[in-house]
Amino acid sequence: MSTIASGILPPDVRPAEREREATYDGESLDEVSTAQQLEKTWATPRGLWGWLTTVDHKQVGRRYIVTAFVFFLLAGVLAVLMRLQLIKADNGFIGPDLYNQIFTMHGSTMMFLFAVPVMEAMAVYLVPLMVGTRAIAFPRLNAFSYWIYLFGGIMLWTAFAFDIGPDTGWFAYVPLSGPAYASGKRVDFWAQMITFTEVAALAIAVEIIGTVLKLRAPGMTLNRIPLFVWSMFVMALMVMVAMPAVMLSSTCLIMDRLVGTHFFNPAEGGDALLWQHLFWFFGHPEVYIIFIPALGFISAIVETFSKRPVFGYPYMVLALIATGFFGFGLWVHHMFATGLPHLGSSFFTAASMAIAIPSGLQIFCWIATLWSGKPVFHTPLLFVVGFFVIFVLGGLTGVMLASIPMDLQVHDTYFVVAHFHYVLIGGGVFPLFGAFYYWFPKITGKRLSETLGKWNFWIFFVSFNITFFPMHILGLAGMPRRVYTYQAGLGWDGLNLLATIGGMGIVISVLLFIVNVVSSLRSAARAPSNPWSAATLEWATSSPPPSYNFAHIPFVTSAQPLWDQGEQLMYVRGLRVDKREILLTTPLDARPDLREPSPDPSIWPLLSALAVTALFIGSIFNPWAVVIGALPVAIALTGWFWPKRNEAMEVESA
Amino acid sequence: MLGVCGFMYALVLIFLIIAVIRARRATGPEMSRDHGLSKTLGLWVALIVVGLMGLTATSYLIDRQIAQAANNPDVKLQITAHQWWWDVEYLDADPSQHFHTANEIHVPVNSSVHVTLMADDVIHSFWVPSLHGKRDLIPGRPGSIDLRPERVGVYRGQCAEFCGAQHAKMALEIVVEDAATFAAWKTKQLETAPQPRDEHAARGLDVFMSSACTLCHNIAGTSASATLGPDLTHLASRRMLAAGALPNDRTHLIQWLSDPQSIKPGNHMPSLGLTADALDPLASYLETLR
Repeated sequence: MSTIASGILPPDVRPAEREREATYDGESLDEVSTAQQLEKTWATPRGLWGWLTTVDHKQVGRRYIVTAFVFFLLAGVLAVLMRLQLIKADNGFIGPDLYNQIFTMHGSTMMFLFAVPVMEAMAVYLVPLMVGTRAIAFPRLNAFSYWIYLFGGIMLWTAFAFDIGPDTGWFAYVPLSGPAYASGKRVDFWAQMITFTEVAALAIAVEIIGTVLKLRAPGMTLNRIPLFVWSMFVMALMVMVAMPAVMLSSTCLIMDRLVGTHFFNPAEGGDALLWQHLFWFFGHPEVYIIFIPALGFISAIVETFSKRPVFGYPYMVLALIATGFFGFGLWVHHMFATGLPHLGSSFFTAASMAIAIPSGLQIFCWIATLWSGKPVFHTPLLFVVGFFVIFVLGGLTGVMLASIPMDLQVHDTYFVVAHFHYVLIGGGVFPLFGAFYYWFPKITGKRLSETLGKWNFWIFFVSFNITFFPMHILGLAGMPRRVYTYQAGLGWDGLNLLATIGGMGIVISVLLFIVNVVSSLRSAARAPSNPWSAATLEWATSSPPPSYNFAHIPFVTSAQPLWDQGEQLMYVRGLRVDKREILLTTPLDARPDLREPSPDPSIWPLLSALAVTALFIGSIFNPWAVVIGALPVAIALTGWFWPKRNEAMEVESA
Repeated sequence: MLGVCGFMYALVLIFLIIAVIRARRATGPEMSRDHGLSKTLGLWVALIVVGLMGLTATSYLIDRQIAQAANNPDVKLQITAHQWWWDVEYLDADPSQHFHTANEIHVPVNSSVHVTLMADDVIHSFWVPSLHGKRDLIPGRPGSIDLRPERVGVYRGQCAEFCGAQHAKMALEIVVEDAATFAAWKTKQLETAPQPRDEHAARGLDVFMSSACTLCHNIAGTSASATLGPDLTHLASRRMLAAGALPNDRTHLIQWLSDPQSIKPGNHMPSLGLTADALDPLASYLETLR
């Protein structure tokens, strides 16, 4: 282990005074006592109190991942129920009222409570490790984000359990979701769930952006940032721009429903189409918010298992950014059938076609990496190959949907259902499962079984295609979406039966995954710190990582530090070990900039989340809850932000 | 379109398969620095761009062609979508040629048909796959499409925008027929309902007039003139009942009248609680509405 010798950096980021020598990471502390001191400083308190107050990004991230996976299973059960209802024509298994709740809950849960949160959760866990820092930026906000997300999800599912689940689709078009046609509180629970999850998502976006821009290890210049981190960064920026649109529209909807405003009421000068513009201005980027992190998983997995850097790094980064931009120019292709002017719609056709360019470029770069490398087909890479086969097909049906004449026929049919499951499962869930297999050793310290993993992959891959491929044909045969039943004699029976059979296969494969996870966690075999011989910084620390992530902050001289620097990985010294302290670097060149205190565990994020939850849920029933509920929120936030003299004084320049 | 997309898909798969096979054969530990890849990348992107430009241009041209409005349509009608049925109004400069029907549209073959689309509750979407793409019916935003049916036949259509509980059972039929048949149909539709000829049907008319039916339905030539539900003046001439939910015959008609909620749960027609000795004459009366 060597200290920095180059002229770029001072060898030591300590301030001049040396009287408190022992409290800084440096020559005077040996490795064992450094680790002991750091553990004492950074460890989360034991027991229930520690569980409620933790601000450790790894604990919060793990919780986030597990919670999102539970929602994935719940929404999966709903999908099974829908497939059972559609197994034959005129089936009486589930009536329209329950079916409409089920498909609304399936879509809303998958999109808002599983797909986006799980991608963010992977970022919360991995980004700080990958950029080589001790903690995420704004760790208390991170804890707050998790609680808000959890309470929002519980609220929605509690409502559903009491038969007051939303029943107007995950898109909740007005006027159907408005006060005149959706009486009761069903839609209010949906709209408020949006507020919960978007608050949580925006909080994480801020943390990711802060972490990527300011907490990177010294030497990790822009062109050395792992592609995974780039994709999470682009995702976070997209969240910042997209989410406010849906919060705005869902808030307008709640106001229409609760206090009699007329944002969406055409009879009073409102506009039903306004909802669709606002919703899809969020809704389409949402797809890329799910897809872009998945691209990061793929880049990491392809690089590790090909044993070479991803081909065309600068093109890959530019493609990610281009996808992020184009993602905001496509929303009208959800609205071609509303009769917008043809000239305007043509621009959106062109934009929807154009987004295939960066995606096609990335596909090329990954395959080229496999081509020129020496790939080893472990389970994570199998899932990536599954991604290529499924996602490219989904992408191409997407190109078909961009064309207005084609779209007007297949829009809102099972063709679209097939398309977006190819894109979201192929482009999101397959890479995610690959990522689970890939990072499981890092997160848990245990390895998943390769044999079960391969069964998991092949059953998933085959039954996915059996489930969703027939839906293309059903859509072309005229079967609309969101129907609780269909009549005999339309010729839709056989393919629906086939899709249901395939769905059961997906259930088996997911169960296999759970068996794999449980048996691995019970086994005694421990994973080494770098089981796949990967190149990025998260593999430089133990599995699972200690509370402080790294004993010394690494100094990076390449994009693949563990391959190019190997045992020679250099470190920066001089951060305090007796107080939580992180190193801030400059946004572009990652030069050491400041030492910054990082917050201790605190109960205030949980209390604030509870106060905000009371306000949000109260406002479903009475507008005055916003006024009265603001008081506990103010108290909790005041407690949270109560200044601590010492910390404030100790921000020193390096 | 399928051709272009299929070709690109095949290219990706071939490239992937070769990459995997090469990987199996690869022996040396040294990673290859294949500079040919950069050139291939350029070619690949160029290929994507050209393919997409072709598709965009084609899409644009076809869209224009479909959107061409007929200057002087032979038939003009206005469809107003309701939860969960279709009101069809045939328009004419001459008010005496004006009439309503529901859930079944008749048009002459090889004519141009201008359809105005409206909705008065929530958003629906008008979709008869064999004749035209979808067009949403949005409250407060009337739209229109032009049809030009070229083949005689009956075409099924269905609402394609989720519109609530009975979105699944909101179908309609378009009957494309030759000009003479259409003219005969139209003449018939313009007539008012015939007076019941036998005792049984007359009792059915009494049942209709003295029950909740008149609160929602219109039968031209009687005092029932409400417009909340489908126009029933020529109910018996239609092929289907309840927006395509049931075939129109006596058995299904009685089934529908006795308990509409079991057939389309949540629909806006209440169960009227009619006894069997009221249902039977009512059905007989409705069957006279040809």
